[in-house]
Amino acid sequence: MKTLLKNCKIVNHDKITESGILIENETISGLTCDAEADKVIDCAGAYVLPGLIDMHVHMREPGQEYKEDIESASKAASAGGVTSACCMANTSPVIDNAAIMNHITARAREIGLIDIFPYGAVTKGMKGEELTEMGDMTKAGAAGFSDDGKTIMNAEVMRRALEYARQFGAFIASHAIDTNLQGAGSMNEGSVSAVTGLKGIPSESETTVIIRDILLARLTKSRVHICHVSAKESVELIRWGKNEGINVTAEAAPHHFTLTDECCEGYDTNYKMSPPLRTEKDVEAIIEGIKDGTLDCIATDHAPHQADEKFVEFDYAPVGIIGLQTFIPLTLRLIKSGKLSWTDFARAASYNPAKILGKSRLGCIAPGMQADITVIDPECEYVFDGKINMSKSSNSPFMGAVLKGRSVYTLKKGKIVFSL
Amino acid sequence: MSYEHKDFISSKCLTREEIGYILDQAKAFREINRREIKKVPTLRGRTIVNLFYEASTRTRTSFEIAGKRLGADVINISASSSSAVKGETLMDTVKNIEAMAADVVVIRHNCSGAVKFIADNVKAGIVNAGDGLNEHPTQSMLDLLTIEMAKGSLEGLTVTIIGDIAHSRVARSDIWAMKTCGMRVKVFGPPTMIPVAVDAFGVEVCRNMEEAVSDADVIIMLRIQRERMSKLLIPSEREYSAVFGLTPAVMEKAANNPIVMHPGPINRGVELSSVVADSGDSRILDQVENGVAVRMAVLTFIAVAKN
Amino acid sequence: MEKEKTLIGGEEMRTILERLTFQIIEKCPDPKNTCIVGIRRRGVFIAKRIEECLKKHNKREFETGTIDITLYRDDLSEISNMPEVHSSSIDFDVNGKTLILVDDVLFTGRTIRAALDALLDYGRPSKIMLAVMVDRGHRELPIHADFTGKYIPTSLEEVIHVKVREVDDTEDCVTISRRS
Repeated sequence: MKTLLKNCKIVNHDKITESGILIENETISGLTCDAEADKVIDCAGAYVLPGLIDMHVHMREPGQEYKEDIESASKAASAGGVTSACCMANTSPVIDNAAIMNHITARAREIGLIDIFPYGAVTKGMKGEELTEMGDMTKAGAAGFSDDGKTIMNAEVMRRALEYARQFGAFIASHAIDTNLQGAGSMNEGSVSAVTGLKGIPSESETTVIIRDILLARLTKSRVHICHVSAKESVELIRWGKNEGINVTAEAAPHHFTLTDECCEGYDTNYKMSPPLRTEKDVEAIIEGIKDGTLDCIATDHAPHQADEKFVEFDYAPVGIIGLQTFIPLTLRLIKSGKLSWTDFARAASYNPAKILGKSRLGCIAPGMQADITVIDPECEYVFDGKINMSKSSNSPFMGAVLKGRSVYTLKKGKIVFSL
Repeated sequence: MSYEHKDFISSKCLTREEIGYILDQAKAFREINRREIKKVPTLRGRTIVNLFYEASTRTRTSFEIAGKRLGADVINISASSSSAVKGETLMDTVKNIEAMAADVVVIRHNCSGAVKFIADNVKAGIVNAGDGLNEHPTQSMLDLLTIEMAKGSLEGLTVTIIGDIAHSRVARSDIWAMKTCGMRVKVFGPPTMIPVAVDAFGVEVCRNMEEAVSDADVIIMLRIQRERMSKLLIPSEREYSAVFGLTPAVMEKAANNPIVMHPGPINRGVELSSVVADSGDSRILDQVENGVAVRMAVLTFIAVAKN
Repeated sequence: MEKEKTLIGGEEMRTILERLTFQIIEKCPDPKNTCIVGIRRRGVFIAKRIEECLKKHNKREFETGTIDITLYRDDLSEISNMPEVHSSSIDFDVNGKTLILVDDVLFTGRTIRAALDALLDYGRPSKIMLAVMVDRGHRELPIHADFTGKYIPTSLEEVIHVKVREVDDTEDCVTISRRS
């Protein structure tokens, strides 16, 4: 089976080239327009990126399948241009052993829309006490290890986890929020929290843990990956860590570079996130961090919740929004405003995640690479409604909004898994 | 002049005209409370439900008396928010009350924004009797009425609010309404009790009691709650009283003959000494009296506006 | 609204109110036990004219009060904006007194019904009598005036206005106009 993508503006992390892409079975066999193929797709006007890799997705299976499951998350991902995703371990039961991990990778293969690289938990039951069998889980295909959703508050536990993970070349993804400083807070601490009477969460709840983890990575000569960076000072600390040669990588979520805490003024629980939405200066710093590579990747922190669960008092609402299908349109806003380039997008959404995850055949459009490809029409305008949304949940402030730009073809291992 | 909203949720969104109207109406209702027969038939046949998710005697009683004096049927429901999280949702509870044809639901809830959340989603008129740390708008109206009656007018007065500003819905509602009425507001309290982004309120932060009271026309003392100590806000009531309490000695430093107010209940000897609380400067009982009048006014226009 | 026509001018109005006052003196010889209560808003000023007349001719003080009937209206469930409430001011004990209730225009009788309810909330007067400047007919309740300045037969489309100088920026007068 041969597929030819014609008239492509191919966006890689380092440059944009105009060419065709010839795919033979699962692999990109050449960059050419002149080839015989069983199927030809004209990509004129579109930008063709290596398949997006989302390092932070909550798929809710097992345990909370009413919110999302591997199948619905896979559909939402492929419709959103995401061809590989890391699912977080805070399921029920927690992904803290190879048996549960095998279940997830098996389900993902069965569905076949995207690759799923599961995170294993750092500690058993994510209790923050005893280390999990990281070796066993690495063999079962663990992407890395994370207690995301919970902070490893005990620095000694974090130190030992980093040390032990080094044996398997694995990294620890840190959900960096000091739970004591967070307290009962439900939004960013600042003028909006003062005015709304909502309890605030200071940026320092994030920065103090980030610097701790960067220093522990130095101490242990291990790799730490900082999840969902939300504050300006966090970007600065990570920049410092990288300059020091410490093995630290980081990600930012589209909502953190799109929205600010002012959105919380009306107590709309769709704006309740963890970490919380911060301020304009934080948004600017995150964009700058993505631009200069301090923040290696964009990851959605896709966090589905049922409408009933969000239709409650702000304090009682669960945190997070769905993000797989708003990944492209929200990032394109930065490209349209000139703050990011297309190559920045390819680097942060595919190339760097592939590198962090050690997937040498992903993250780049070149001969010999796996044919994971996302074809983006940046001008396509649509209302993000229940028909387009593939997730089981619809907790997003962008629900019902007019969005611009989306994947028109998503190819996984040479197969079209989504087309408009 | 009138108040043309379905609900009464917030002082922040009131205009100066609306505040003036509410105070004028409350003055008219004061007269009823001084009659031998303290009842008018205005809301006869209407049902008012007091739905309280937090313990409260004073505010609930005040609303209950106000409703009954207007001839309405008043039903009190005490709910526990913690059990509500696991059982029936707040929205379901209010929808059920609404289905029983309640005209006005007065809500106190421990979460900021919860009352607005309800108001935006039901047809019944909703009155905010305190939501989390956010607002307690009828308290601010009764405070303004008390000040206006004591001082003759509001514009240009200096008010000092002393105590836990960060965790006080009374402070928030007072500040919004006072700023709208052209008043100067100063605040004082332990730094642990001053909001981090206090600038957002447009108030001055004082450094000590003397600075706080020296040029004040009105001093509002806030109640210190015992549970604050476990939250690391103050070490002891004793020390709080010594540094932040209002005593006759502090009152001597006040040059403008200020009136003293307190939303109650008072912790005598902690934030307020008994001598000051019972002195001629105190308007604390006027506040209670005006509270009923303000709530009668608010209930009347919310119940009638429902048409 | 069509052009207003003046039916009673200032001079005539004064005469009418004077005659009305004499009738009151005749019926209530004991001023110590008689009080005058004007209904807000213009009834208060008619009551004031009567009181001045009484003082002039009787050389005696009458206790007077005002009453606001807003909270006693029977149409609150039908209107959507709460009308402004004003203070009533009855600073005397009404028990055992004869009260002369004063209003500007007697029309459906509903205002008087509300005023009676309001007055009775102050106590138990021995007698309540009603004095009005104009009776224009169209009663909807079994209420009549004891003292009437002027009967003016009207149609429902017509509007009767009793104007007083304190409020209306004109000399005291009674006008008629037609609802458009």
